[in-house]
Order: sequence, then structure tokens, then C-alpha cells
Amino acid sequence: MTDFLTSEHLYGFIQGAYIIAALCFIGALAGLARHETAKQGNILGMGGMALALVATVLLMAQQNELTTDAPSLGVAVLVVAAMMGIGAVIGAWRARTVEMTGMPELVALLHSFVGLAAVLVGLNSYLQHGAGHDTVHDVEVFIGVFIGAITFTGSIVANLKLSARMKSAPLTLPGRHWLNLAIIVASVALGVWFALVEGDDGDGVGIVPLLVMTALALVLGFHLVAAIGGGDMPVVVSMLNSYSGWAAAAAGFMLGNDLLIITGALVGSSGAILSYIMCKAMNRSFVSVIAGGFGSDGGSAGEDRDYGEHREIQADDVAELLAHASSVVITPGYGMAVAQAQYPVAEMTRKLRDKGVDVRFGIHPVAGRLPGHMNVLLAEAKVPYDIVLEMDEINDDLPETDVVLVIGANDTVNPAAQEEPGSPIAGMPVLEVWNAKDVVVFKRSMATGYAGVQNPLFFKDNTQMLFGDAKDKVNEIVAALG
Amino acid sequence: MRIGIPRESRPGETLVAATAKTASQLAALGYVVVVERGAGEAADQPDTAYADAGIAVVAADEVWSSDVVVKVNAPTDEEIARLRPGATVIALMAPGRSPELVERLAAQGVTALAMDAVPRISRAQSMDVLSSMANVAGYRAVIEAAHEFGRLFTGQVTAAGKVPPARVFVVGAGVAGLAAIGAAGSLGAIVRAFDVRPEVAEQVESMGAQFVTVDMEQEVSSDGYAKEMTAEQEAATAAMYDEEARAADIVITTALIPGRPAPQLISAETVAAMRPGSVIVDMAAANGGNVAATVKDERVVTANGVTVLGYTDLAGRLAAQTSQLYGTNIVNLLKLLTPEKDGVLTLDMDDVVQRGIAVTRAGQDATAGTGAEVMWPPPPVQVSAAPAAAGPGAAEKEPAAEKVPPDPRRKWYAAGLASVLFALLAAFSPGEFLGHFTVFALAVVAGYYVISNVAHALHTPLMAETNAISGIILVGGILQVGTASNALILVLAAVAVLVASINIFGGFLVTLRMLQMFRKG
Repeated sequence: MTDFLTSEHLYGFIQGAYIIAALCFIGALAGLARHETAKQGNILGMGGMALALVATVLLMAQQNELTTDAPSLGVAVLVVAAMMGIGAVIGAWRARTVEMTGMPELVALLHSFVGLAAVLVGLNSYLQHGAGHDTVHDVEVFIGVFIGAITFTGSIVANLKLSARMKSAPLTLPGRHWLNLAIIVASVALGVWFALVEGDDGDGVGIVPLLVMTALALVLGFHLVAAIGGGDMPVVVSMLNSYSGWAAAAAGFMLGNDLLIITGALVGSSGAILSYIMCKAMNRSFVSVIAGGFGSDGGSAGEDRDYGEHREIQADDVAELLAHASSVVITPGYGMAVAQAQYPVAEMTRKLRDKGVDVRFGIHPVAGRLPGHMNVLLAEAKVPYDIVLEMDEINDDLPETDVVLVIGANDTVNPAAQEEPGSPIAGMPVLEVWNAKDVVVFKRSMATGYAGVQNPLFFKDNTQMLFGDAKDKVNEIVAALG
Repeated sequence: MRIGIPRESRPGETLVAATAKTASQLAALGYVVVVERGAGEAADQPDTAYADAGIAVVAADEVWSSDVVVKVNAPTDEEIARLRPGATVIALMAPGRSPELVERLAAQGVTALAMDAVPRISRAQSMDVLSSMANVAGYRAVIEAAHEFGRLFTGQVTAAGKVPPARVFVVGAGVAGLAAIGAAGSLGAIVRAFDVRPEVAEQVESMGAQFVTVDMEQEVSSDGYAKEMTAEQEAATAAMYDEEARAADIVITTALIPGRPAPQLISAETVAAMRPGSVIVDMAAANGGNVAATVKDERVVTANGVTVLGYTDLAGRLAAQTSQLYGTNIVNLLKLLTPEKDGVLTLDMDDVVQRGIAVTRAGQDATAGTGAEVMWPPPPVQVSAAPAAAGPGAAEKEPAAEKVPPDPRRKWYAAGLASVLFALLAAFSPGEFLGHFTVFALAVVAGYYVISNVAHALHTPLMAETNAISGIILVGGILQVGTASNALILVLAAVAVLVASINIFGGFLVTLRMLQMFRKG
């Protein structure tokens, strides 16, 4: 047994398994590119993970064999199995019960776990190697813990904001940029101190700068995300996704484990790209989103211009309008998720399609609180994905559309982005719904959207407002459609 | 206050200013509404209909002594004399073209509101009676033309041979023109349309007609009405009118210029060159007509067999419909004038709509018979904000242009600098680190290309999936459990294993759940 565990061949086998697992993960993400291959991709990912775990347990056994003061292999395996069992039960339970509208919160929460794990692994790595290790490793530990800590508290704040347990308005402390900068500078200084004391003799003093930095990074993560408004959460969640990847990659460097590095890099670049897409969709720079302070709780900003009066419409009339239309486009926003209106919307879609009306959905890249959030909600309500189109795919068709239903969206359909150069959202690509023959806007009141900008769409000649809870109103329309 | 609805005195008038339905809507605003006997008969609104709706049907005297008199046509001299000083009269008045009417109203000391002077702004659309009537008239123009036209509108291939579709040419794409385009199109005709305002091309095309263009410079309208053209524009356009009219079976002209006679667009020669059996409906006949051969209120057949209709009562020919629309416009106006819904009419001269329609205004002590102030003409109202918006827009462009050209070489400098720094750093790094870094760099690049391909619709599953695989940090935890040299390390590592496995299982399962929901229709 000992011979087997300590053999060179086993080590080679483990490394081979890691390479295969890494390829599986790349394949998994590649599979997610299209609906047709997405499920295969997920299964590939699971396979890769299973392989990686088996290999890791073998590697652990091997290292355990070579370490003198470690717990016995039986105890170690038992601990791992017990912890993984508990984790599996919790994870499966959360995955089973989460509402699709609650996906953003869950994703944010899961990011915080990766951050926490990275912090723990980093601290452990330091504790274990103890004195006199090389500087490169110290830096790796330090960076890994720093990123992990930011990810941990940042994700928790994102989770609290998304689940409305914390106010979604940005927390704007005076001099908050200086505060962030001060923490970063202090962390760098602590890092230098850490590397120097560890480099010299390493009698355990290094734990002080490491722990102080951890505390500072936790504060930084909290403050960074607290300063960002609820509507920018898609960017924040993708950014934290990216950070969790870099944290894993940093852990890979400190442990000398290529699988961790590859996986971390994949996740890191994935999150970074998603953040970039979101920022582009809002025509804002990544820095301006991360610096925070944007977005309000519905107060109106900008000049008070007289846009004229809006026209109201009743649910019966909307049903009439829809029944006689030949093409209908629905543009949902976060409001649909809040009102849980996706099921009645799907029901309405089904009825209209049965009547021969061409119904499609137009999804803005930043609709919802998570990239692709609307697509998941609509899929949950059994809306076929081939009628759910992206903004760029549908914008050209809108002039030939009879009726557009704007359900719980505001800034993403705001003509001010194109027409008013002074508007805070000027230049943001938007769904050009006003080009359609008729537009019906479902809204609770005339309050402004996330960006706090008045929406001239509501006052256009071909726009009518349907006030009230989106779910109730859509249900009324469904009833009227008979 | 009491609102009186008189019977229209103009011979042949079929309309009434309030139907039973709109009269009760007026009553709901707090007014007492009375209707003259027989007022709505020609519009399918018998006295019993009003009575059923709870509206008093009374004699003429009681109607004319009301506080507010609402009618369709401008009041005649006799009617003005019957108005109580200080009363309000609401009707179509064409105040720009009838200064003597304005004088007489002022002399009588009444407040006069002209329904046809509602400014063409979005907010006032619900009271824009000209639009309501033009809409109905445009439809009726097509029906009248179809009645005169000896062939089908729609093209068909029948057992008895092929029927070509009728060609309809509509001049002027205002409300009437667009309604005519819509009606003719629904009957199956091929519709072409022209308007001097190029910006309406989109509306024309949205109604299913082809927009005819003339190759020349045109200007954007700022008050919602078409302007008369300059001489050289006119020459280019005349040729187009001639060509289009000759090719058409039906020509419907709707070109009006506010406050001036209608422009003559279709010359006598053009009419003479049209095919026998062709029909022209001149909707501008009341203002002189767009067609040379038009005779107001008459049906004329030219020597070459072209029928020219100059009817001015097209809207009145659908009396029930037009009265209903007119009545609704009146209700919307009174809603504006009765903000408290207390049956008291209040005029706010700061409001552009109310200022726009006010022709005369009774003085505060007008009951004494001192006459009323003439309010006509009102200050001009800007309908389109386009010219105003262009100013700041143009100003905005300049600073943007300044920061546009960042030196493309800067990117190369930055990349070069980074490479040098990295090479220096690498020189002092252990080989093991560089090996790992190679893997890291390649993985970032691979990740970039793989993720860029992911469809937007799958971004949420993608995040859950990357979440699950970033739980791979579990590997670190497991290894540390296996090699823990003290209890603290063991506990920390165990916690790391716990949270990381929540991630792995939660992430994969929730991805699976989401992906199973996506289905094709």
C-alpha cells in the first residue's frame, strides 16, 4: 500500500487526471455556448470535477504518507468525506429550492464561499509551511488571501443587496475613493513587511501583517460593493465571479497545482468578459461602475423638462390591441422578476401564439440583476428559447412590430439615451421600442428607473401606460383574451 | 354651470356636438347638460336616447341661455345675439379666416373657444377635432371614390379573367391622407402617396403605401402643418404630380395650408390626360381645392370622363361616427377646463392649449355688457423640439471630438513596457513559478475565447457553472486536511472543504436545473 501510494507512477497518474479534468472544464464552458450543447457541457463539467476529486484524494493520500506529523489517512478521509457530504446536502438543497427570481442572490452567495475557502486555504498554506519559505510563495499567499477576502465580503454585501436585506442605494461615504486607496496602499505596505519578515528568519511574526491585511481586505470588499447601486449588480456579480476565479488561481500558485490555476484563470476571464459586456451595454466604463455611487432609489435626477402628458390604457383594451396585432414584442425588465409576472406572461404568450400572433421577446443585456437573468425566468415559465431574442437581433424588427409590451423595464427602453446628449444614460444602447406602432408600458407609477432619469418614452404619441402590478395586469389580459 | 347643445342651423348639417354618451360624460364633470329638441336626429341620436341617458331635452331658448354653448359650426349672427353676455361658446370657428366673426363675438361679450384652433401638440391630441374629422373624412373619400369608380379596388385572378388592382395616389399625408391610404390599402388597391414634408415618409410606408419622392431639398416642418413651397420646388413637384395622376385610377388630394387658400396641385391638363372612369376626390374643396376642375360641394364629370368630387361634408356623411368623435373631443376639452370636476369652467391663459383656442374672452365684469377682449391670434406653439435639441447636441460634439484620437501607438508602448517589466520579474523568479505562470497565461487566453462564444441567454447558467468549477479550490482544502500538522490547520481546511463543496454541488445542480428549463418551441 505504501509502495503504491508513494510511487512515481501514481503521481504521474494524478497529474494526468488533472490535465483531463482541466480539459473537461474548458469543454464544459465551450458547451455552454449554445443551447443545444449546454447540457452536455454541464455533464462534462461534473465529470471533470469528479475526476479531479478522485485524483485529489489520491494525491492527499500520497502526501499524507510522506508527512510525518499529519493525522492518519483514515481520519483525513473521514473528515473530507463528512465535510463534503454536508456541503453536498446544503448545496443540493439550495440548488433545488432556489426561486429563479432569486438566482442572483444565490450566485452571489456561492461566490462568497469561494472567497472564504480561498482565505482559509491561503492562511493554512502560510501556517503549514511556517518558517523560512521563499518570497514568491509568501507573495502568492498574500495575494490569494487579499483577493479571497474581498470576494468574500463583497459577495455577501451583493447577496444582501440583491435579496433586499440591505438598502440597494449606494452607500456614499465622504472621501470613499480615498478610503479604498488607503486600504490598498496599506495592504501593499503590509505585503512588503510580510515578505521581509518571512524572508529573514520567519519566526511566526508574519502572521501579524497577514491577519491585519485580511481584516483590511474584508473591509474593502464590504465598502466597495456597498457603494454600488442595486441596478449595477449584474456587473458586480460578474466582477465577483471573476475575483473568485483569480482567488482560486492564486491558491493554485501557492499550492503549485496547475488544475487550480487553469480553472481559476478560466473563471477569472469568464467573469471579466461578462463584466465587460455589461458595462458596454450600459455605455459606462468598468471603473465608473466599480467606483460606485451611481443609481438611486427612484428619486428623479436631471432637469425637469415638460414632456407633456402620458395616456393611460386598461387591460381590456390591451387585450383587444394584442388580439388584433400580427406581431408583438415583449421587452421585460427587472420589474417582471419583482412582480413574479413571468408565468402569466408565458401564459399570455401561449394564448397569443395560438391565435397566430407572432410573439417574441427582446432582452436587453442588462435587464435583470444577473447577466441572462430574464432568459432564465422566461425559460422557467416554459417560454421557448427560440422566440427570446437579444437586443441587437430585435431592434431592426421593431419598426415592423404592431405592439410592444414593456413589462417592468425602464432605462433599457429609454429614448433619452439616443436623443438627449446631456442625459446620464446618453449613448447607452437601448431597445428602440418607440419605433413600433403601439407601445404599452406596464408600470407601478410614473417613478423613474434605476438611473433616476425621466423616460420620454412614456410621453410619446404611440405609448400608452398600464398602471398597476404587472402580474395582476397580465393576468387580466390573459382573462380578457379568453 | 349649464351646458347647452343646440341643433345645428346650417342647412344640410348632420352633426351634433354631443351624443347621448358624451353628454352624460359632460354631466359627470359636474355640469347640467341640456339638448335642443331634435338636435341629434340626423346623427342617429334621437331625443329619446338623450332622455334615456338622463339628459334634459329642451326648447331652443333654454339651450341658448346656457352658461356654455357647445356646437359644431361657427355661430351665426342671430345665434351670437341669443348668447348671454359672459357666456362661453365652443365651436369650429376658423378664426383666422373670419375676422368679422371674432369682432361680433367680442362685441357680444362672450368667451369664444375655437375647437379647430387646438395646437397640434401631443398633449392636445385628445381634443384635436380636426384630426378626428379628417380621419373620418379620409375614409369616406375612399368610399366615395370607390362608389364612383367602375372597377374593383383589389386585384384578382378569376375564372373570368384577371382583374388588375386599382392604383390610388394620395396627395398630402396628414391625418386625412393617412386615413385614406389605410382605407384604400384595406380595399386592396396599390397606394402611392406624396407629401412635401419628407419626414412623413415613414408614416406613409407604415400604412402600407409607397412614398413618392421628388429629388430636391425639403425642410422639416416645425408647427405640424405643411408649408407652401418655393417656386423651383414647385416646378419639380408639378411634373411629379402630373406623372403620378396620369398613372392613377383614383386621386385623393388633401393638401391644405393653414390660413391660406389650398394650393392647386393637379392642373386642368393633367385631369384631361387621365383615363376615362378615373375619380378625383378633392378634400381641399372647401378652401378652393387642389384640383383645377373642382367645384365646391359638387360632383363634376369632365369631358374625358373623369369624375371630380368636391364634397366638403365628407365627415358629415358619417354623422353618427363624427358626432361621437367630436363629442369625445369636447369632453376631453372640458375635462381640461374643469380641473376640479365641479361643473365650473375655468380658463387658464398660461396653458398653451387653452390660450391657443381662446378667440375672445369675456371680461371679469362682462355681465355688464362691456364686450370681450379679442385673444386671437395666439402666440405660436412649437410642436417639434427637434430644432431646439440640435443646439446643445451640436455643442456637445466638440469636446467629444477632442478626446477621440488617442494615439494608437500608446497601446504598443504600454504592451512593450509591460513585457519588459515582466521579463525582469521573470529573471528573478524560480523556474517552478514560471512553469505555473505559463499554464496560467494560456488558460486565461483559452478562457477568453471560450467564454466570448457563449450566448447571452446562457450567461446565468454560465455564471452558475463557473461558480461550480471555481469550487475546485476544494482541492487545496483536501490536500491541507491530509497534511495538517496541527488541529487549527485541520479545522480551517475542513471548513474550506465544506464551503467549497457547497459551491460545487450547488453550482452544478442549479446549472442543470436551469438548462433543463430551456426548451425550443
